[in-house]
Amino acid sequence: MDKQEPMNRRNFLREGLWGACLAGAGTAVGLSVARGNSDNMVWQIDPYKCIACGNCATYCVLEDSAVKCVQAYAMCGYCDLCTGYLIPEPKALDTGAENELCPTGAIKRTYVEDPYYEYTIDESLCNGCGKCVKGCTVFGNGSLFLQVRHDRCKNCNECAIAAACPSQAFKRVPADRPYLLKGADNK
Amino acid sequence: MTFLIAFLGSCPVTQGEIRFPPPEFESGYTFPQTTSPAPQSVLQEYIDAAVLVVGLLLASHLILKRRSRRAIFVLMIGALLYFGFVRDGCICPIGAIQNVTLTAFDRGYAIPIAAAVFFVVPLIFTLFSGRVFCGAICPLGAIQDAVLIRPVAVPGWLESGLRLFAYAYLGAAVLFAATGSAFIICRYDPFVGFFRLGGNWNVLILGASLLLIGLFVGRPYCRFLCPYGVILRHLSRLSKRRVTITPSECIQCRLCEDACPFGAIREPTGNWPEGEYRIAKRRLALFLVLLPILVAGGGWGGYALKSQLARVHPRVRTAERVYLEEAGQVQGTTNVSDAFRATGQTTEVLYADATRIRGRFALGGALLGGFIGLVAGGKLLVLSIRRRRTEYEADPAGCFACGRCYKSCPKEHGRLKRIRETAAGRA
Repeated sequence: MDKQEPMNRRNFLREGLWGACLAGAGTAVGLSVARGNSDNMVWQIDPYKCIACGNCATYCVLEDSAVKCVQAYAMCGYCDLCTGYLIPEPKALDTGAENELCPTGAIKRTYVEDPYYEYTIDESLCNGCGKCVKGCTVFGNGSLFLQVRHDRCKNCNECAIAAACPSQAFKRVPADRPYLLKGADNK
Repeated sequence: MTFLIAFLGSCPVTQGEIRFPPPEFESGYTFPQTTSPAPQSVLQEYIDAAVLVVGLLLASHLILKRRSRRAIFVLMIGALLYFGFVRDGCICPIGAIQNVTLTAFDRGYAIPIAAAVFFVVPLIFTLFSGRVFCGAICPLGAIQDAVLIRPVAVPGWLESGLRLFAYAYLGAAVLFAATGSAFIICRYDPFVGFFRLGGNWNVLILGASLLLIGLFVGRPYCRFLCPYGVILRHLSRLSKRRVTITPSECIQCRLCEDACPFGAIREPTGNWPEGEYRIAKRRLALFLVLLPILVAGGGWGGYALKSQLARVHPRVRTAERVYLEEAGQVQGTTNVSDAFRATGQTTEVLYADATRIRGRFALGGALLGGFIGLVAGGKLLVLSIRRRRTEYEADPAGCFACGRCYKSCPKEHGRLKRIRETAAGRA
């Protein structure tokens, strides 16, 4: 539009609308800056709402879910008979695959002192199915719970697991406090 | 063990209760820390925003000044690699529509600055230089543009008709985002699965079908589905500068006629054919009468669908399931109803929530239906209005600024000094 166009009614309206749209875009920027969050928002699971249904293992857009089980050690009872570790009626109290609750063998059991055992999650094996979480929450202290691990999470605009979560336990949290850890007052 | 479980299982317990007090160790064991790896730095988002702005500046230059299809293509592939495959296609301006909508309707939602920037910046660029975002930056457009090998023409009426889906999609996305139900644009983003090399199978199949169609019909998602494209269409009608097929003046050589794979080249119009003017006038009058009827009918239809629409909201789905169970109409419980009962809320609270959300959908559904009716009526009107054109020109709304038409114009070859313009050619 190098040549000057005559200012007829059509062009006047056009220019007016153009200005209005630009002003609208400017207002949107202004409002967003005023109301927005200079930090990012990330997805996280409220462990007190989670019912460990198993959707986290299957609905994540990643082949290997970004949701993993974590252990709040300070809440753990260090039980010999861990209901998050062993199936309800184990053949023997050992780490045989037939006795373990975890389908991928991601829970490592280590002897601490009589009669206590430490349970640690190997996140490279955990698939986020939540079987141990259910066992621990229903019969134990609930020290095992599911969390979105942010080294893996793609932070989708709409989390696919959140959309499939039956307990609406997923929520957006500020990225500087990205975890809702049990027994840690959301550190 | 069985006894223990039977004993514990019979206790009414609340979540998070400590049944076995953590031991006091004598061996000097200390509690390990629960690891908490940090999310990606917010700096990355600012880098993305900066890349977007620089990319759009470059795109405007290549499309409007350099007029080089090859350069535009290289930039487009670069944007596809960066925004698509490196940054996983999230966040994009199309999905950001929903973040902006949710910000407007939900006081508790704080929009990330990056989402706001991604929504607004391409709009501003469109106001100045047309749809340069679609042509060179959008990864969804780029992946379709790159597979287009044998374009076939889509008749104008079909193109306009199919485009209704995009308007309906935009309206539905705004409705579901405003009610906090779902981000449907992200849920059904057909190409994000390709960028991430994995995802929901149904959506991957949808994306693959669109790419297959895209071999022959240029950019099917952009033309018939993209909700952001709807906004850009209308803004680019107002843009200060935009793609012109010829660098100087049209000599009506008709060489560009088939250059556009997206049907965005408008032919010059002659005078009205004999006798058609009166028919057209009558048709226009009919459509003008039809417009309010379509709006009202659409509004009524949307209102009638309110309970179906409301079911997209998880709270409403929960309420319906719990209601059925409480009324004894279904046997057993689902994860959803179990989760609800575990919260200890009363059903009254749940039902009240559901009723409130349904009320919002009654209004929202009517507005959505009315909007679709308005668009359909408007399309009929626009299709029956004949604009006078003396030159071959790019339709400002439909042009994706891909630059394919430049080379078809002999004047362009003259500009590039590839051919010598004769006196006849200049005339």
